[in-house]
Amino acid sequence: MEHERKNGTVTVRISGELDHCSAQSIRRELDALIGEPGVKTLVLDLQDMTFMDSSGIGVILGRYRTLRERGGGVAVKNMNPQVEKVFTLSGMRQVIQIL
Amino acid sequence: MDIINQMELKFLSVPENEGFARVAVSAFAVQLNPTLDVLADIKTAVSEAVTNAIVHGYEDETGLIVITASLRDDGILEVSVADTGKGIADISRAMQPFFTTQPEKERSGMGFSVMQTFMDRVTVESALGRGTTVRMQKRLREA
Repeated sequence: MEHERKNGTVTVRISGELDHCSAQSIRRELDALIGEPGVKTLVLDLQDMTFMDSSGIGVILGRYRTLRERGGGVAVKNMNPQVEKVFTLSGMRQVIQIL
Repeated sequence: MDIINQMELKFLSVPENEGFARVAVSAFAVQLNPTLDVLADIKTAVSEAVTNAIVHGYEDETGLIVITASLRDDGILEVSVADTGKGIADISRAMQPFFTTQPEKERSGMGFSVMQTFMDRVTVESALGRGTTVRMQKRLREA
Protein backbone atom coordinates (compact mmCIF):
# COMPACT_ATOMS: atom_id res chain seq x y z
CA MET A 1 0.00 0.00 0.00
CA GLU A 2 1.35 3.39 -0.94
CA HIS A 3 1.00 6.05 1.72
CA GLU A 4 1.75 9.66 2.35
CA ARG A 5 1.94 11.49 5.66
CA LYS A 6 1.19 15.17 5.97
CA ASN A 7 0.93 16.64 9.46
CA GLY A 8 -1.65 14.55 11.33
CA THR A 9 -3.14 12.96 8.23
CA VAL A 10 -1.98 9.78 6.58
CA THR A 11 -3.32 9.02 3.11
CA VAL A 12 -3.23 5.37 2.06
CA ARG A 13 -3.85 4.06 -1.43
CA ILE A 14 -5.28 0.55 -1.28
CA SER A 15 -5.14 -1.50 -4.44
CA GLY A 16 -6.75 -4.81 -5.36
CA GLU A 17 -9.50 -6.50 -3.40
CA LEU A 18 -10.61 -6.02 0.19
CA ASP A 19 -12.42 -9.10 1.42
CA HIS A 20 -12.18 -11.38 4.45
CA CYS A 21 -9.07 -13.00 2.96
CA SER A 22 -7.10 -9.78 2.57
CA ALA A 23 -8.65 -7.93 5.52
CA GLN A 24 -6.17 -9.11 8.13
CA SER A 25 -3.04 -7.94 6.33
CA ILE A 26 -4.62 -4.63 5.31
CA ARG A 27 -5.82 -4.09 8.89
CA ARG A 28 -2.30 -4.74 10.18
CA GLU A 29 -0.72 -2.29 7.73
CA LEU A 30 -3.28 0.41 8.45
CA ASP A 31 -2.86 0.00 12.20
CA ALA A 32 0.91 0.42 11.85
CA LEU A 33 0.41 3.65 9.90
CA ILE A 34 -2.20 5.20 12.18
CA GLY A 35 -0.23 4.03 15.21
CA GLU A 36 2.50 6.55 14.47
CA PRO A 37 2.58 9.50 16.91
CA GLY A 38 0.45 12.45 15.93
CA VAL A 39 -1.76 10.71 13.36
CA LYS A 40 -5.41 11.69 13.82
CA THR A 41 -6.91 11.29 10.38
CA LEU A 42 -6.78 8.43 7.89
CA VAL A 43 -7.69 9.07 4.25
CA LEU A 44 -8.28 5.96 2.17
CA ASP A 45 -7.77 6.46 -1.55
CA LEU A 46 -9.72 3.62 -3.17
CA GLN A 47 -9.04 4.46 -6.80
CA ASP A 48 -7.22 1.17 -7.36
CA MET A 49 -9.52 -0.96 -5.20
CA THR A 50 -11.37 -3.28 -7.55
CA PHE A 51 -13.63 -5.06 -5.06
CA MET A 52 -14.84 -4.73 -1.49
CA ASP A 53 -17.43 -6.68 0.48
CA SER A 54 -18.69 -6.24 4.03
CA SER A 55 -15.35 -7.42 5.44
CA GLY A 56 -14.01 -4.08 4.21
CA ILE A 57 -16.71 -2.28 6.16
CA GLY A 58 -15.39 -3.92 9.31
CA VAL A 59 -11.84 -2.83 8.53
CA ILE A 60 -12.80 0.80 7.88
CA LEU A 61 -15.09 1.07 10.91
CA GLY A 62 -12.43 -0.46 13.15
CA ARG A 63 -9.91 2.21 12.14
CA TYR A 64 -12.59 4.87 12.54
CA ARG A 65 -13.22 3.80 16.15
CA THR A 66 -9.50 3.97 16.94
CA LEU A 67 -9.06 7.44 15.47
CA ARG A 68 -12.29 8.80 16.90
CA GLU A 69 -10.87 8.22 20.37
CA ARG A 70 -8.06 10.60 19.42
CA GLY A 71 -10.48 13.21 18.15
CA GLY A 72 -9.87 12.29 14.53
CA GLY A 73 -11.58 10.19 11.91
CA VAL A 74 -11.50 8.43 8.57
CA ALA A 75 -12.27 9.72 5.09
CA VAL A 76 -12.44 7.89 1.77
CA LYS A 77 -12.16 9.01 -1.82
CA ASN A 78 -12.30 7.62 -5.34
CA MET A 79 -14.67 4.70 -4.72
CA ASN A 80 -15.82 2.69 -7.70
CA PRO A 81 -19.59 2.05 -8.01
CA GLN A 82 -19.43 -1.47 -6.49
CA VAL A 83 -17.49 -0.25 -3.45
CA GLU A 84 -19.75 2.77 -3.10
CA LYS A 85 -22.85 0.55 -3.09
CA VAL A 86 -21.50 -1.54 -0.20
CA PHE A 87 -20.37 1.63 1.55
CA THR A 88 -23.77 3.28 1.28
CA LEU A 89 -25.72 0.18 2.27
CA SER A 90 -23.77 -0.15 5.49
CA GLY A 91 -24.59 3.39 6.58
CA MET A 92 -20.96 4.42 6.61
CA ARG A 93 -21.77 7.79 5.07
CA GLN A 94 -23.02 8.84 8.49
CA VAL A 95 -19.58 8.54 10.08
CA ILE A 96 -17.03 8.37 7.27
CA GLN A 97 -16.39 11.50 5.25
CA ILE A 98 -16.30 11.18 1.45
CA LEU A 99 -13.80 13.51 -0.19
CA MET B 1 -38.86 -22.49 -17.06
CA ASP B 2 -35.96 -24.74 -18.06
CA ILE B 3 -32.35 -24.82 -16.95
CA ILE B 4 -30.06 -24.10 -19.88
CA ASN B 5 -26.75 -24.54 -18.07
CA GLN B 6 -25.58 -25.62 -14.65
CA MET B 7 -22.33 -25.97 -12.76
CA GLU B 8 -21.13 -27.14 -9.37
CA LEU B 9 -18.04 -26.06 -7.45
CA LYS B 10 -16.71 -27.86 -4.39
CA PHE B 11 -13.81 -26.36 -2.47
CA LEU B 12 -12.25 -26.10 0.98
CA SER B 13 -13.45 -23.38 3.34
CA VAL B 14 -10.20 -21.42 3.26
CA PRO B 15 -10.22 -17.64 2.75
CA GLU B 16 -8.12 -17.92 -0.41
CA ASN B 17 -11.16 -19.46 -2.11
CA GLU B 18 -13.40 -16.41 -1.55
CA GLY B 19 -12.02 -14.67 -4.62
CA PHE B 20 -12.00 -17.86 -6.65
CA ALA B 21 -15.66 -18.54 -5.87
CA ARG B 22 -16.99 -15.08 -6.75
CA VAL B 23 -14.98 -14.88 -9.96
CA ALA B 24 -16.06 -18.40 -11.01
CA VAL B 25 -19.75 -17.68 -10.51
CA SER B 26 -19.60 -14.34 -12.30
CA ALA B 27 -17.69 -15.95 -15.19
CA PHE B 28 -20.43 -18.57 -15.44
CA ALA B 29 -23.12 -15.87 -15.44
CA VAL B 30 -21.44 -13.99 -18.31
CA GLN B 31 -23.09 -16.41 -20.76
CA LEU B 32 -26.35 -14.46 -20.47
CA ASN B 33 -24.62 -11.13 -21.17
CA PRO B 34 -25.47 -9.30 -17.94
CA THR B 35 -24.26 -5.74 -17.39
CA LEU B 36 -21.03 -5.10 -15.49
CA ASP B 37 -23.08 -3.72 -12.61
CA VAL B 38 -25.07 -6.96 -12.37
CA LEU B 39 -21.87 -9.01 -12.45
CA ALA B 40 -20.44 -6.87 -9.65
CA ASP B 41 -23.61 -7.49 -7.62
CA ILE B 42 -23.27 -11.25 -8.09
CA LYS B 43 -19.59 -11.24 -7.12
CA THR B 44 -20.36 -9.29 -3.96
CA ALA B 45 -23.25 -11.51 -2.89
CA VAL B 46 -21.33 -14.75 -3.54
CA SER B 47 -18.37 -13.36 -1.62
CA GLU B 48 -20.61 -12.68 1.37
CA ALA B 49 -22.20 -16.13 1.32
CA VAL B 50 -18.84 -17.91 1.03
CA THR B 51 -17.30 -15.75 3.75
CA ASN B 52 -20.22 -16.58 6.05
CA ALA B 53 -19.65 -20.28 5.44
CA ILE B 54 -15.94 -19.92 6.26
CA VAL B 55 -16.12 -17.70 9.33
CA HIS B 56 -19.43 -18.84 10.83
CA GLY B 57 -20.28 -22.20 9.31
CA TYR B 58 -16.90 -23.79 9.90
CA GLU B 59 -15.32 -21.13 12.17
CA ASP B 60 -12.05 -22.71 13.36
CA GLU B 61 -12.39 -25.86 11.30
CA THR B 62 -12.02 -26.55 7.61
CA GLY B 63 -14.83 -28.16 5.65
CA LEU B 64 -16.27 -28.25 2.17
CA ILE B 65 -18.34 -25.54 0.54
CA VAL B 66 -20.49 -26.46 -2.44
CA ILE B 67 -21.74 -23.85 -4.90
CA THR B 68 -24.34 -24.77 -7.48
CA ALA B 69 -25.23 -22.24 -10.16
CA SER B 70 -27.93 -22.57 -12.80
CA LEU B 71 -28.89 -20.40 -15.73
CA ARG B 72 -32.59 -20.48 -16.63
CA ASP B 73 -34.16 -19.77 -19.98
CA ASP B 74 -36.12 -16.92 -18.41
CA GLY B 75 -32.87 -15.01 -17.78
CA ILE B 76 -32.50 -15.85 -14.10
CA LEU B 77 -29.30 -16.98 -12.37
CA GLU B 78 -29.81 -19.26 -9.38
CA VAL B 79 -26.90 -19.73 -6.96
CA SER B 80 -26.76 -21.84 -3.85
CA VAL B 81 -23.88 -21.80 -1.37
CA ALA B 82 -23.93 -24.74 1.03
CA ASP B 83 -21.81 -25.80 3.98
CA THR B 84 -22.13 -28.67 6.43
CA GLY B 85 -20.89 -26.65 9.38
CA LYS B 86 -22.42 -25.48 12.63
CA GLY B 87 -25.66 -24.08 11.30
CA ILE B 88 -27.52 -20.96 12.41
CA ALA B 89 -29.60 -21.01 15.59
CA ASP B 90 -31.84 -18.07 14.70
CA ILE B 91 -31.92 -17.25 10.99
CA SER B 92 -34.10 -14.14 11.22
CA ARG B 93 -31.81 -12.68 13.88
CA ALA B 94 -28.71 -13.56 11.86
CA MET B 95 -30.18 -11.71 8.88
CA GLN B 96 -30.75 -8.48 10.78
CA PRO B 97 -28.41 -5.67 9.69
CA PHE B 98 -25.34 -5.27 11.93
CA PHE B 99 -26.02 -8.48 13.86
CA THR B 100 -22.81 -10.42 14.39
CA THR B 101 -21.64 -13.09 16.78
CA GLN B 102 -18.03 -11.98 16.28
CA PRO B 103 -17.80 -8.21 16.97
CA GLU B 104 -14.30 -8.64 18.41
CA LYS B 105 -13.13 -9.73 14.97
CA GLU B 106 -14.54 -6.56 13.39
CA ARG B 107 -17.30 -8.37 11.53
CA SER B 108 -19.73 -5.79 10.25
CA GLY B 109 -22.83 -7.96 10.51
CA MET B 110 -23.85 -6.81 7.03
CA GLY B 111 -23.33 -10.03 5.09
CA PHE B 112 -26.97 -11.03 4.65
CA SER B 113 -28.02 -7.40 4.11
CA VAL B 114 -25.55 -7.14 1.25
CA MET B 115 -26.84 -10.40 -0.26
CA GLN B 116 -30.45 -9.22 0.00
CA THR B 117 -29.65 -5.83 -1.53
CA PHE B 118 -27.47 -7.07 -4.35
CA MET B 119 -29.61 -10.07 -5.38
CA ASP B 120 -33.31 -10.26 -6.25
CA ARG B 121 -34.14 -13.09 -3.86
CA VAL B 122 -32.32 -14.69 -0.91
CA THR B 123 -33.50 -17.62 1.19
CA VAL B 124 -31.65 -19.42 3.94
CA GLU B 125 -32.05 -22.95 5.23
CA SER B 126 -30.08 -24.05 8.25
CA ALA B 127 -30.01 -26.74 10.91
CA LEU B 128 -27.78 -26.71 13.97
CA GLY B 129 -24.93 -29.15 13.56
CA ARG B 130 -25.86 -29.89 9.96
CA GLY B 131 -25.05 -26.75 8.06
CA THR B 132 -26.49 -23.89 6.07
CA THR B 133 -27.59 -23.38 2.49
CA VAL B 134 -28.06 -19.90 1.07
CA ARG B 135 -30.07 -19.72 -2.17
CA MET B 136 -30.01 -16.58 -4.26
CA GLN B 137 -31.55 -15.45 -7.54
CA LYS B 138 -30.62 -12.62 -9.86
CA ARG B 139 -32.19 -11.58 -13.13
CA LEU B 140 -29.45 -11.30 -15.75
CA ARG B 141 -31.62 -10.28 -18.68
CA GLU B 142 -35.26 -9.98 -19.58
CA ALA B 143 -36.94 -13.26 -20.51
